[in-house]
Amino acid sequence: MLSKKECVAMLLAGGQGSRLFTLTSKIAKPAVPFGGKYRIIDFPLSNCINSGIDTVGVLTQYEPLELNDYIGNGQPWDLDRMYGGVHILSPYQAKKGSEWYKGTANAIYQNMSFIKRYNPEYVLILSGDHIYKMNYHKMLDFHKERGADVTVATIEVPLEEASRFGVVNVGEGNQIVEFEEKPKKPKSNLASMGIYIFNAEKLYKYLEEDEQKEKTSNDFGKNILPSMLADGQRMFAYVFSGYWKDVGTIDSLYEANMDLLGSNPSFDISDSDWKIHSKNPIAPPHYIGLNGEVKGSIVALGCEIEGKVENSILSANVTVEEGACVSGSVIFSGCTVKKGAKVINTIIDENAVIGENAVVGSAEEPKKITVLGRELVVAEGEVIEGGKIVEGVK
Amino acid sequence: MDALGIIFSNIHDANLPELTAGRTTASIPFCGRYRLIDFALSNMVNSGLTKVGVITKSNYQSLMDHVGSGKDWDLARRHGGLIILPPFGVSESTSLYSTRLEALKTVTGFLAKSTEEFVVLSDSDVVCNMDYKDLMEFHSRRQADITLVYHKTAPQSISGNNNILLSVEEKGRVTDMAFDPSEYKSEEVNMYANVCIMRRTLLQNLIADAVAHGKRHFGVDILGANVNRLKIFAWEHRGYFVRISSLQSYYDESLKLLDKQNRDNLFASGGVYTKVKDSIPTTYGENAIVKNSLIADGCCIEGEVYNSIIFRGVKIGRGTVVKNSILMQDTLVGENALINCLITDKNVVVKDRRVLSGCSTHPFFVHKKTVL
Repeated sequence: MLSKKECVAMLLAGGQGSRLFTLTSKIAKPAVPFGGKYRIIDFPLSNCINSGIDTVGVLTQYEPLELNDYIGNGQPWDLDRMYGGVHILSPYQAKKGSEWYKGTANAIYQNMSFIKRYNPEYVLILSGDHIYKMNYHKMLDFHKERGADVTVATIEVPLEEASRFGVVNVGEGNQIVEFEEKPKKPKSNLASMGIYIFNAEKLYKYLEEDEQKEKTSNDFGKNILPSMLADGQRMFAYVFSGYWKDVGTIDSLYEANMDLLGSNPSFDISDSDWKIHSKNPIAPPHYIGLNGEVKGSIVALGCEIEGKVENSILSANVTVEEGACVSGSVIFSGCTVKKGAKVINTIIDENAVIGENAVVGSAEEPKKITVLGRELVVAEGEVIEGGKIVEGVK
Repeated sequence: MDALGIIFSNIHDANLPELTAGRTTASIPFCGRYRLIDFALSNMVNSGLTKVGVITKSNYQSLMDHVGSGKDWDLARRHGGLIILPPFGVSESTSLYSTRLEALKTVTGFLAKSTEEFVVLSDSDVVCNMDYKDLMEFHSRRQADITLVYHKTAPQSISGNNNILLSVEEKGRVTDMAFDPSEYKSEEVNMYANVCIMRRTLLQNLIADAVAHGKRHFGVDILGANVNRLKIFAWEHRGYFVRISSLQSYYDESLKLLDKQNRDNLFASGGVYTKVKDSIPTTYGENAIVKNSLIADGCCIEGEVYNSIIFRGVKIGRGTVVKNSILMQDTLVGENALINCLITDKNVVVKDRRVLSGCSTHPFFVHKKTVL
């Protein structure tokens, strides 16, 4: 008999991410590129394997093609296993009918049979839209020490910003006494990170009960956790310290990318003890030409740079021609910035072409981030104002 | 393509004593993120070969580490895939093989067990972008027994040992083979690329026959001796092709890849696969100046780099200037150092304010893990 798994992770990756606009027109949010060679989902997946969790269910729903293709058999994360490993879980047709995932809790409910195959003691619930490095094993230790039924990962945020988050109010030993969703007057600065560890039996029980209810939005934060609290279950807040960013909006995605830059970056991914694994592009080293100028930037494989690049992030196979200038921008793979073009404070999706002498974005303060969709072709000399979001090719 | 690939990993070690001190020719680092074997392997994979045997002899730990299960070349297969063929201890021989024929003799079992109709033999000191499907097509159109790949080259660019020159008549029939000739009579010669194709069963018979007659040399005793007995043809490879036959040629050919034309020729079709390292992309500091250089992943560049090849994980400190150099994996260069015409092997450390220079016709080589 195969040994059971102590902890199974369930990664919610079905969200559309509508606040990323054109960047998620064809792909799910967790598949959005990040930091030159990563995608958002690389972070939770790498955290899992680095924390010793080798069984991960990835729940997909919205535009899953690219995400499924990217994850493949999980080999880049060492998650191609005979027993366990990464599994894509999409909505399916069952005897009693078929339905889309109605909410985070319902998505897990529909895949309880997947979890039960491994007979775990604990279930870790993750979301696919955060950038962070976290040892889930430490959180699990905390969960066990406290004898908790559920542990919620939290992070300290400035009190004035706490009203943007789900806030957790705690008593002795960090036991949770109250949840407040986006409170006007927050009583605590502990924001929920959307990461939970459940005792498996408790999770099954509350998911089943939640399904029976008529008025529920099948959501962990709104329904499951509050009803567990109401029943007096042992709930604790684990306080995580370190870099953590929800990259659900254009501005936060941009900021998180910029946080990688500088000699002392706010978010350091160069740590060889906590590698972020990803599917690597097949491309030669990048080339910087006689006229190329690259400063304060991150450049991935296969780029050809004859122009100027500053404070920017270039993914694989980006071409910056002579006289072109890329500044404060995040360029996804396969883009070409033609001669004399200027790109300022802009996110450009894959395979776009910026025509000669075109001007995209503006340097004015406060920053207004411009976004160009995938495969877009900006005509020669065209001007695209700062803050504009241009849809890509459908 | 119904063919089996065989790559010789050690054959030319003697040509490159510096670079093969602790590794095989096949595992010599090249072009920022590759090892020489990546090119031969990628050519085979891109041509549709799914079973490749790599013949090793000595120092092959780094090679094993590099190729692993073969998954990065898509060669981790249930059937076929990548097979390392280490020296086979047979009772009658007490020493390791010293020639290609002896190497082949140790893999007769592997050949016999295979079912592929053809076999492609390749050395690992060649860097090229070659489609074996074209070779196969030529081979069957000419109804050849053996087809040798050659490329045209100027005699002055030839260095090292084991060079075989072919005399080829109009239709491609090989009429003569010369082994390391002492003088070259023409402006351009047909240099055998150490890549050939033949039927697997023919190779088996040739090996058995040569062994039975006490022959030792694959080139002389099998190819050369059979020029008139077998239909040996030669196919010209016109694309990118270089042979790394000395430290100087390693240096020169590496730097030639700074030319976009050469890079496009080498990397254009199919791509070249290599071991995935999960390095982060390269970061450039505020004061970095980089011109005409190839930079791999995982580097941290704070200083200046000109006309150089920088491998994965190299760190170059503030105020340091690197010119005309090849810095291999994880070389660390401190601050305010000056480096010119240097080849550093892996994990070399150059401390602050060091001034080191070779010259372009004699690059200065620094051995692995040296601290300067």
